[in-house]
Amino acid sequence: MDFDDTPEEAEFRLEVKNWLAEQAPVYNLKNVDDLSFEQRLSLGREFQAGKAERGYAKVTWPQELGGMGGTPMQAVIYDQEEEKYNFPTLFFGISLGMPIPILRRFASEEQKKRYLIPALRGEEIWCQLFSEPSAGSDLGGISLRAVREADEWVLNGQKIWTSYAHISDFGVIVTRTDPSLPKHQGMTYFFVDMKSPGIEVRPIKQAAGSGEFCEVFFNDVRIPDTARLGEINGGWPVAIATLMEERFGVSEAAGGGASLENTVRFLHREFSDSQSGLNDACVREKIADWHVAESGINNFYARLLTGLSQGQLPGPEAALSKLVIARKLQTQSSDIMDICGPAGAIYPDSQVSRANDFRVAWLEAAGYRIAGGTDEILKNTIAERVLGLPGDIRVDKDIPFEKLK
Amino acid sequence: MNFDFSDDQKSLQDETHRFLRDRCDLSVARLVLDDQQQAYSESVWREMVELGWTGITIPEQYGGIGLGYLELCVMAEEMGRFLAPVPFSSTLYQFCEALLNGASKTLKQEILPQVAAGKLIGTMAFAEGIGFPDPDRIGVRFKAGKLYGDKWPVADAMIAGAAVVLAVNEDNDPCLCFLDLDQEAVHRRQLESVDPSRSQGGLEFFGAEAENLTAFEGGSGKSGWQLFQRVLNAAAVLFAFEQIGGADACLAAATEFSRERHAFGRPIGSFQAIKHKLVDVYVANQLARSNAYYGAWALATGAEELPLAASVARVSATQAYEYAASENIQVHGGMGFTWEADCHLYLRRSRTLALLIGSSGLWKKQVTSELQRKFV
Repeated sequence: MDFDDTPEEAEFRLEVKNWLAEQAPVYNLKNVDDLSFEQRLSLGREFQAGKAERGYAKVTWPQELGGMGGTPMQAVIYDQEEEKYNFPTLFFGISLGMPIPILRRFASEEQKKRYLIPALRGEEIWCQLFSEPSAGSDLGGISLRAVREADEWVLNGQKIWTSYAHISDFGVIVTRTDPSLPKHQGMTYFFVDMKSPGIEVRPIKQAAGSGEFCEVFFNDVRIPDTARLGEINGGWPVAIATLMEERFGVSEAAGGGASLENTVRFLHREFSDSQSGLNDACVREKIADWHVAESGINNFYARLLTGLSQGQLPGPEAALSKLVIARKLQTQSSDIMDICGPAGAIYPDSQVSRANDFRVAWLEAAGYRIAGGTDEILKNTIAERVLGLPGDIRVDKDIPFEKLK
Repeated sequence: MNFDFSDDQKSLQDETHRFLRDRCDLSVARLVLDDQQQAYSESVWREMVELGWTGITIPEQYGGIGLGYLELCVMAEEMGRFLAPVPFSSTLYQFCEALLNGASKTLKQEILPQVAAGKLIGTMAFAEGIGFPDPDRIGVRFKAGKLYGDKWPVADAMIAGAAVVLAVNEDNDPCLCFLDLDQEAVHRRQLESVDPSRSQGGLEFFGAEAENLTAFEGGSGKSGWQLFQRVLNAAAVLFAFEQIGGADACLAAATEFSRERHAFGRPIGSFQAIKHKLVDVYVANQLARSNAYYGAWALATGAEELPLAASVARVSATQAYEYAASENIQVHGGMGFTWEADCHLYLRRSRTLALLIGSSGLWKKQVTSELQRKFV
């Protein structure tokens, strides 16, 4: 039992470390606020192009598709090393995470030639147009209409919670093509040029202020039938395949918010002479609770990686990490605010230190518990797919979509 | 990354599982629970001795098999899963641990072969009534080779032939003493506990002959208190495996029941109230298992982080098992609270394991102290 790399893994890690260290002087952002969004994006595209040249943009893909023919473990090693820096790569996470692997599986050879490499290089960005105002956790309830006219489809309706839609060149989209069929049978999956006439993108201001989410409105948007991925009215399996892609990206070790180490030092500094802070038994018990949860997640992650290192892809149990991390971030951040008293609600002076600040994390955590699968949906997934409990009774399953309320 | 048990260790676990399933299912724990006169299952214990289990971590030079802590961990998980009513933990995690880590070669040569051969059951006596010992609060005294005072509760006090006892010497320093319990100056008394499937008792010493474990020529380099802490840390990891074994069994039982039991025209496991509860149990179990592996790694490699890893494993496993055991009853409903259902056996054991080597509160203190030492 050990936490060590195999010799091959160690060799790859060193190669990655060296390459990243060479990139750092130009691309590692020390102070995010010094650059505008556009500057960060343009720097990110430059970095991404270099990354793609090494095959690191899709480590597990074959070289002819722009990858490096590596193992899933090598992909994790690359990510672990890149995460140690602050490279501007956020913009490409969704794009390369879900839409692009789906294109690889469902698009024609010609389309793959056209779209995959530019996406890997960061020249083009893809978004995922799934959720709608009345269809979030229940994705099968989407109603954005696509109506066939000769060789084209005409799209009308609205999508929401689309990350980075405002900077995306293309998007994959699930539409309703036959409302007379039950909900899961009348859907069709396409990709769409985000510059098409009739598309309007509006960024959403979230409760915590910033955010990369958008609303996207479709008003008589015309797309060719060649942009269809999968069968007509056969979009549901493609949508499920898209969501399953998320799971192959092994969820992360515990992170976000103030690190325990910094928190303990902070409490030591702020409360050195009193009966509170680190000298307070209640505070000490909370610190133990945070650490036990964090250690549990990190060690769970080590077990997942062990499986991956031995060639087993993670199953649905990997959803556990996000469930625990989001919840922990919320309670731990709020606990630290409590310990600080009334000042716990006041932001620190300097902008710079806000990135991992517990006050910022506290507010954002409320959103993490929803984004990418709510706590409740994740629990249903684990209950049904890991514990083998029976599915919920679905009263709308066999009813034509147009008859549903 | 190789954060898992080896194939050999996993097959040892399977072997342990099969033996316990065939020879020591829950009916055996129930027999001991029902019969006040029975402190353990003597017949199952004898079979374990024949399989060499009592010598699993005792080096070959002392008559054992000489396997490591990781092997003991996988066996502990199965002991916990089947609620084995035998003095395995007292003898191996505590008594043997103290001797292996602190005793003279002479004493090891005299005692360990008897343990390996199944001729001697051992235990460790440290508690003195309400509370948990700290160096300034130990009442039992060791004076001129003799022990005086009262220890309770002590696991397996009624059946152990020898014990390691936490006492203070003439200089008021904590020490660990070894003694033979079969002597007139030792009085034993049975105590009634919430979990009669694991017997506990009191040991009172009226000048009982004993020897200071750590005071021998050459010494082990550890003070009595340090040795006591070392034994507790090892026991915390090993008990964590018993706890995750038990927690796993509770989750399996509750999950199976919720698939079969129908109410309101559907299996109760299809209701989110039950699903989400069972996922909460599953999550706690997975975190506890992951933390227990971390403890096992620290124990097996002799890592400096053992006090942190052991305390994390202990807190996590205690949380998981107690939660799993209580929600297992809840999912089973009224039937789950009958004497006939097995649910209460796990509930009782989960509480006993949560208390035996100190409760969560105590171990959380260790987590934070260790973090403070590391970070500040």
